[in-house]
Amino acid sequence: MLVTKENLEKWLEIFGDLIETNKAYLSDLDTPIGDGDHGNNMARGMAAVKETLASKQPEDIVGVFKVTAMSLISKVGGASGPLYGTAFLEMAKASAKTDDLAELMELALAGIKKRGGAEAGDKTMVDVWTVLVPKLKDNSLTQADIDAAVESTKDMVAKKGRASYLGERSVGHLDPGAVSSGYLFTALLEAGVM
Amino acid sequence: MSFGITIVSHVYEVANGLPRLLTQVAKDVPITTAGGTEDNDVGTSMEKIMNAFEENDADEILAFYDLGSAKMNLEMAIEMTDKKVHLYDVALIEGAYTAATLLEAGVDLQEVEKQLEPLKIK
Repeated sequence: MLVTKENLEKWLEIFGDLIETNKAYLSDLDTPIGDGDHGNNMARGMAAVKETLASKQPEDIVGVFKVTAMSLISKVGGASGPLYGTAFLEMAKASAKTDDLAELMELALAGIKKRGGAEAGDKTMVDVWTVLVPKLKDNSLTQADIDAAVESTKDMVAKKGRASYLGERSVGHLDPGAVSSGYLFTALLEAGVM
Repeated sequence: MSFGITIVSHVYEVANGLPRLLTQVAKDVPITTAGGTEDNDVGTSMEKIMNAFEENDADEILAFYDLGSAKMNLEMAIEMTDKKVHLYDVALIEGAYTAATLLEAGVDLQEVEKQLEPLKIK
């Protein structure tokens, strides 16, 4: 699928709405295994994205990706700021050359892995992205795939982030970053980018 | 070549309290800090880190941090700044204290790094 300015803005708007609606849930998930602020941090970040997009009115997808990245980097505060920020920054850089969604998301995932040092199986957002990005390539992503990828983090032992201090005690909890990443992919489906 | 230190912590008071300890042994080493988010909540801010690099009078900076996301914001700031910054995955207080003491004594970077090596904890 190809990214256009219209479907990209729609995607971000729906993602922002999903984060806002579920911010208490995300922070609750973050309480037993993290610092309890994932929902509020992401909601603050996505509110800033919405505001800055409206005030700056970027002209093309490069601009929209860039504004999104910079807003998340400067406003989120926790680890998700640099991680989501890097994802969108990588897409901003690459979108000057390609508007292919799967290619962009592949580069975003590479950026997330480099920034956070996490690999698949570490109970992070990487687990969701690693499973779902290939499905963008063959155009087969479904909500059931997203749910399964998010759910897979429940039985994992956290190896990165605040949850890693808890080790085995993190088993049985969904990773909050995986859940918010799930919303990003759900928003793709709902925005019709996929 | 002059060397300075930048301290990054999730908490404003931690970042700004540590220099009190460091200046006891290193009154001539430039030390700058980035603590908390832009609202001084718990977290780190890439912009604050950029400012701490810019405000540091040294040509090269040794950077120390507390927890994971501080490192991520540090790495992004390092990619964006024109200054040369060295990042150490060492215990924050002991690492910064070791570096401050040695820099004040005029010890070269290679030797400072050798002494930081056993303090690596992350």
